[in-house]
This record gives sequence, structure tokens and C-alpha cells, in this order.
Amino acid sequence: MEAPIHPMLIVAGVLGGVMLVAPGLIWLERRLLALWQDRYGPNRAGPFGVLVVLADTLKLFFKEDWTPPFADKKVFIVAPAIVVITALLGFVVIPFAPGFIVSDLNIGILFFLATSSMGAYSIILGGWASNNKYALLGAMRGAAQMISYEVFMGLSMMGVVLLTGSFSLQTIVNAQQDLWFVVPQFVGFVTFLIAGIAETHRLPFDIPESESEIIAGFHSEYSGMKFGMFFVGEYIGIILISSITVCLYFGGWLGPAFLPPVVWFILKTFVFIILFILLRASLPRPRYDQLMDFGWKILLPVTIINLMITAAIVLFNENSP
Amino acid sequence: MEATFYIASAVAVLATIMVITRYNMVHALLYLIVSFLAIAVVIFVLGAPFIAALEIIIYAGAIVVLIIFVIMMLNLREETVTQEKTWLTKEVYVGPALLSVVLLAEIVYIITSGETTSVNQPVIDATAVGVSLYGPYVIGVELCGILLMSGIVGAYHLGRQKKKIVHRFLEKIEE
Repeated sequence: MEAPIHPMLIVAGVLGGVMLVAPGLIWLERRLLALWQDRYGPNRAGPFGVLVVLADTLKLFFKEDWTPPFADKKVFIVAPAIVVITALLGFVVIPFAPGFIVSDLNIGILFFLATSSMGAYSIILGGWASNNKYALLGAMRGAAQMISYEVFMGLSMMGVVLLTGSFSLQTIVNAQQDLWFVVPQFVGFVTFLIAGIAETHRLPFDIPESESEIIAGFHSEYSGMKFGMFFVGEYIGIILISSITVCLYFGGWLGPAFLPPVVWFILKTFVFIILFILLRASLPRPRYDQLMDFGWKILLPVTIINLMITAAIVLFNENSP
Repeated sequence: MEATFYIASAVAVLATIMVITRYNMVHALLYLIVSFLAIAVVIFVLGAPFIAALEIIIYAGAIVVLIIFVIMMLNLREETVTQEKTWLTKEVYVGPALLSVVLLAEIVYIITSGETTSVNQPVIDATAVGVSLYGPYVIGVELCGILLMSGIVGAYHLGRQKKKIVHRFLEKIEE
């Protein structure tokens, strides 16, 4: 274990790191999408077009911050803040390296589930307060999608909890010294990743936004930095889901000793972030009813069967000497 | 830690009062979420972090979302706010206020009699909750399961639709 770092320094480090990486992902996503679609992507501002992030941010800041006269003003303003706050709160329980964690709560995973379930309110309230039919449609889709996929997300994580007997993410990572949980919990990993993509409402599950059907869904009426908050909140959500996946199934900071633990953690997290972008580049969006069918008729039975088999094996191993 | 308990309970009481007095349904539900969060903090401080997390996940995260979902479906407008204003008159408050006074008297009696436990309880973790749920309270768990199952069956029965074939030649309703 390293010398304990002051908790406020960890908070500042995590907050600064996430807030720096999240806008950087805009550039990464556009470059990678361009790569996979055989074009250049942003390549003018700065080296490899990195400064496009700065240009984008400046543009968002100087756009007119327009609140529609028919909107419910207070709720309209609160909604984009909720998505960023809840996504950032989720980082409280993530261990980036041994001891480098904001708070090692003994209910770590449940805390993460609670924050992600509160994130649904940003979509619902944003869409409702816009007082616009397209926004309301997007909000209703978002509400249904996030409630249903939360169920599978929680259930798929419980396999890992059964194997370690703890909700704390630090304990879970330490339990993976010999074997990453992706091997015994492969089904859990796949279902968790699918549910995670649905929770961040990224393509192919971007039903609440679906630009080609309902303009921009729940954030149709948002402009300027309020839209920017939704945008950044989505990227923070991607980082959050990727880091939770790494902690639960891919051994967190564990790795060969030639690199420090934090670097391993960041490398693994970026693999998943790139996977998220690759999914966006390659998969079409399902229809709304197909999404619900897939969730309740395939994912739910699979997660429950996985949970029962895991529990049976754990019980069997405990009873046999 | 005791200060957090008192602040959170004050927030819970205030938010709940706001829930009752709002005319706009969605605003009332927003205060209800705040109230649930504050109660979760209270439970957390009292030493039950597991139940506090479940309170947020289930009540604030799922049930209120469902209520808002239904309200969005109803498409309430300005008229309903004025309608609510006519319903929420001063006379409506009399009954609940009288009953609350009885409760208040009881609380005052309990506090003054001094037979209360301290705020700092030992922490009850997930294992203890699980052991008591599947030990002495297993019948309650089973009954809840049956209740939820009957709810699902009822919802399926209400939501079931006849298959409709839309085609020029096959236009008939099939069971």
C-alpha cells in the first residue's frame, strides 16, 4: 500500500481527470469514427485536430442560451445539471489504484447503482420541461429504457458480488489477483456491458435521442452550455461504465509490474471506451419495441439463470471440503 | 454525524410539506424525490447503509420514475393546476392535521419520557439484512413475492392484445 493521500487531493485528481478526459473523448470519438469510415475527421485545429475540443467548447459557450417561453423554466435548468452530478458521483466508489479511491464504501456497487438510477431523472425532467412533443417522446422512451435496463444491470453484477461476498469495489478488485472475473462470469460481463450501454443511452441504444426519428429526443429544446452539459454527461457516463466494467471483470488496477497500477487502470478503461465508439460506428439502432423485447425476454432470463448457477456453485464449493 | 442526522431529517420534513402543497404534479414529485433522498441519508446515519442504498435505488430511482412516467402519459396542462387549486382548500387540511396532532403529542411524550435510543447505532450490513430476511421473516418475503407475481399476471392480462393481421386479403382479427 502507498502512503495515504489526502482525500481532498484524490477528489481533485479524479474530478480534474474526468473533466479533462470527457471533452477529449469528443475528439477521440470523431477521429475514430472517421478512421472506421475511411475519412479524416477533424484534422485542422492543432496537431491531429486536438484543438477541435477547444473550438467546440468555445462555440457552445458563445451560443445563445435559449430557454423556450413555453418551458417549465426551473426544471428545464435543473435537468442538465442532474446528469453531470449523478455521473460524477458514481466515481466516488471507483478504486483507480490501491488506496486511490475517494471513499471505500462497503456498499460500493449499490451506491453506483443508486447514482445511475438517479441519472434517469435528467432525461425525464429535461424532456418533460421542454414541453415539446418530440422531447416528451424521447423522455418516455428514456424512462422506460433506463428503468428496464437498470434491473439487468443490478442482477448481472450480483454474480461478482456472490463470488467475492462484498459490495466494495476495492475488495472485488483484490479478489481478482489470480483470475479476472470475466472468465467465471462471462455471461454476467456480457449482460452488464449491454445494460451499461443502454444506461448511457449510447448507440445502438440511443432510442431516447434517435436523431433520425425524433429530432434530438429529450434535448431537442436545449442549446448552448445546457446542451453541452448533456453532451459531457454522456461522455462521463461512458467513462464511468467503462471503469466499473474494468473493476468488476478485468481486474481493475492489477497487471504486470512494469507499469504503475493507475496506468493499467487507465489503459483498460480506454479499451472499453474505444469499444463503445466502435459499437457506435458499426451497429444500427433497434426499434423501440425490439429493445424492450430483447431486454425482458432475453437479458432478464439470462441474468437470472447466471445468478442462480453462480449461487449454486458457490454453495457447492462451500459445503464440499 | 449527529448534525447530518438533524439536517437530513429537517430537509425530509420540509420537502414532504412541499410535496403536499404544490399544485403542479411534477414539482410535487421532485420534492418527493428530495424527501426520499433525505430519508436515505437519515437511514444511512442511523447505521443501515444497505437499506439506505436500496431506498434510493427502489423508491427514488424506480417507483417515482414510474409515477412521473404515468403523469407524462396523462399530458397534464395548466388547467389541472387550477383544478388542483380548487381541490386543495383549507378544509381539506383539518382531518390530517388533527390526526398529525395526535402523533405529535405521542412524539413529544416519547422524547420527554427519555426512553429513546441514541442516534449512534451499530452498523447493520447487507449480510445481517439478508440473514434476517431469509431467517425469521421468510414468510414476509414469500408473501411479497406472491403479491408481486399476482401484480405481474394482472398487468399481463390487462395489457394483452389480440393479434391483428393487416393485409388486403387476410383482414380479420385472429385470436
